[in-house]
Amino acid sequence: MGVEKDIKKEVLKDDFPGQVIPGGNGGNIVVGVLDKIINWGRSNSLWPLYFGTSCCAIEMMQTGAARHDWSRFGFEVARPTPRQADVIVIAGTITNKMAPALRKLYDQMAEPKYVVAMGACAISGGPFYYNSYSVVRGADHVIPVDVYVPGCPPRPESLLDAMIKLQKKIRSTKNSERKNPIDGFDEGK
Amino acid sequence: MTTTDVNTNLKTQEYLINMGPQHPAAHGVLRLILTVDGEIIHKVDPDLGYIHRSIEKMCERDTYKQIVHLTDRLDYLSSHINNEAVCLAVENALGIEVPDRVKYIRTIMAELTRLASHQLWWGVMGMDIGALTAFMYAFRDREMINDIMEETVGARLTMNYNIPGGLMFDIHPGFQKKVKDFIKHFRKALPEYNTLLSDNIIFKKRLQGIGYISKEDAIAYGVSGPSARGSGISCDVRKIHPYSAYDKVEFNEILIEGGDSYDRYMVRMKEMEESMNIIDQLIDNIPEGDFQVKTPALIKLPKGEYYQKVETARGELGVFIISDGKKSPYRFKFRSPGFSNLSILDKISRGHKIADLVAIMSSLDFVIPDIDR
Amino acid sequence: MTRTELQSFLTSKVEGLEFGEETTQYLTVTVPREKLRDFMFLLKDTEELAFDYMFSLTAVDWFPKYLGVVYHLESTKYRHILVVHVNTGNREDDISVDTVSDIYPTAHFHEREAYDLMGIVFEGHSDLRRLFLTDDWVGHPLRKDYVDEANMIVK
Ligand code: SF4
Repeated sequence: MGVEKDIKKEVLKDDFPGQVIPGGNGGNIVVGVLDKIINWGRSNSLWPLYFGTSCCAIEMMQTGAARHDWSRFGFEVARPTPRQADVIVIAGTITNKMAPALRKLYDQMAEPKYVVAMGACAISGGPFYYNSYSVVRGADHVIPVDVYVPGCPPRPESLLDAMIKLQKKIRSTKNSERKNPIDGFDEGK
Repeated sequence: MTTTDVNTNLKTQEYLINMGPQHPAAHGVLRLILTVDGEIIHKVDPDLGYIHRSIEKMCERDTYKQIVHLTDRLDYLSSHINNEAVCLAVENALGIEVPDRVKYIRTIMAELTRLASHQLWWGVMGMDIGALTAFMYAFRDREMINDIMEETVGARLTMNYNIPGGLMFDIHPGFQKKVKDFIKHFRKALPEYNTLLSDNIIFKKRLQGIGYISKEDAIAYGVSGPSARGSGISCDVRKIHPYSAYDKVEFNEILIEGGDSYDRYMVRMKEMEESMNIIDQLIDNIPEGDFQVKTPALIKLPKGEYYQKVETARGELGVFIISDGKKSPYRFKFRSPGFSNLSILDKISRGHKIADLVAIMSSLDFVIPDIDR
Repeated sequence: MTRTELQSFLTSKVEGLEFGEETTQYLTVTVPREKLRDFMFLLKDTEELAFDYMFSLTAVDWFPKYLGVVYHLESTKYRHILVVHVNTGNREDDISVDTVSDIYPTAHFHEREAYDLMGIVFEGHSDLRRLFLTDDWVGHPLRKDYVDEANMIVK
């Protein structure tokens, strides 16, 4: 997959008239105090893509519903399409058959993009670590993960905490130095 | 152009659309390959396995006590009932008779699970049809059940309360009061559900006459649970092959003859009332006694075949164990209700529109990990 | 029908049946492979039997001899239950069984599952493809001798 990507970049450079600024939605140009404003905006309106595959998805729904209500923190605009989402919440087991679809969704998302791995399955395969022939042992074999939420399933509060941690992470980013996390991911960097 | 001017002899052609595997209305990761002509569905070909976690293979290497925890993850909305199925199968094979206290508590917890599952189904069904408010109402009440579960068991969803021979631990002193409070609250809340959706004319129009299952088809395709009872088939395992404390309570098996999506919807709504009735009959009469009987640390079933049916919120769950006398089963098979219910989807959605397919899927109430295992 | 009545009724109708031991939970019968379809038609269409509801179909690997299929049948009218076993020939190269998916439509999916995970070939099945695993998957994971060093971490 990595090789394919490189080829695509080359082609783009050849016949693209302007200058290509790699990564970060203009992060290379705007620096300094503007970082704060951008990060403030980004962190407070995270639009999640629900990627609920199994049991953890129920707790994710609970987090969005009446009692826990994650719209208090600005996460409520759940998008069914990856093209409009900022963060992908992986809630549930990833199987070998599903992994390419997950990668495809991730590749379709616009930069900057973040990933939350919710539950033991998305972290390491969880209860299906041993003796299973079809489970991917952790979503980070497929895409780079920013925040891990332990639990089987994690409580809604844990997920909220994870999202707040992600906000903190975003706020502490220097946009001029930001790298696309997928760069070099397939080569194991 | 008036409608009469439309050329109805236009040549159209069939094409394929993919629905899923990541689709908000697919209730998980079901992929449907639809053959459509315009909006009309000609064929539905489900492609499963996106959440196939090889649970049956794992069971062949686990001990019976370990297997119980895997069943939570099958149909996670009926987790307690799944546990019960395995425990009953093992207990019957060993000839263990559990104390009455265990039977009562198991039944109460099972009915609470069924209520929680139906609530979630109701909320999500509303959302699929386009009514987001239903979702909030359902989860408000569902959280109360989750609290009861958490206080009793320690987990909200994957409960793991049953073990072969009884329960993991006893109920806490405030259990009865909590359950009664919830029932009192929910008896008031259920009519709200009906005003919100059941009597809503738009909602009715979306469901009535959609996805008709005839009696013969339902039996031939092995449809079970509320989906079959919406076609008027008596198939409630709790009545036909009673287990736990279901022979000690009186309840009605809800049967509606119609067979369309709205009838399946109504069956579940009425079933919630029945579940509350069952809990009412049991909650004050939980007998004193032990909460488990001692079983050996390593259970070995005698050589042979064992089958246990239970009624989950989705239908008839079967657990089939072939034992060769060792500590883990030789073959462990789950007959999951969703798998058989899914097989009729192609037949009943032909000729309907794509938006109707969403309604049909909701009314059949799929949980995909239960289908894929 | 009670268990003994069922047994004597079936013995009088079909030859070559092998009944399981008395102690099994349900009446169990092993049918020769050639007679499977006739036997299933008999079970479904005979007025006194009326086994119209197949609630489970299980593929089993009787390592190292042969593969087998177990059908669980119930009558929604009389509520009696019968378990039917059928075995394939040699496990290596003779692994086919006749389909019953036209008799019991529910078997359509179950047979695809059995083909996918256990590799039993159902003769006459209209659409025998893999159901859970991808088409390029090698082997049938529920078999006892299945090894997959890439994906399985064996405890
Ligand atoms: S971590 Fe546990 S609850 Fe979450 S998907 Fe995995 S098995 Fe289900």
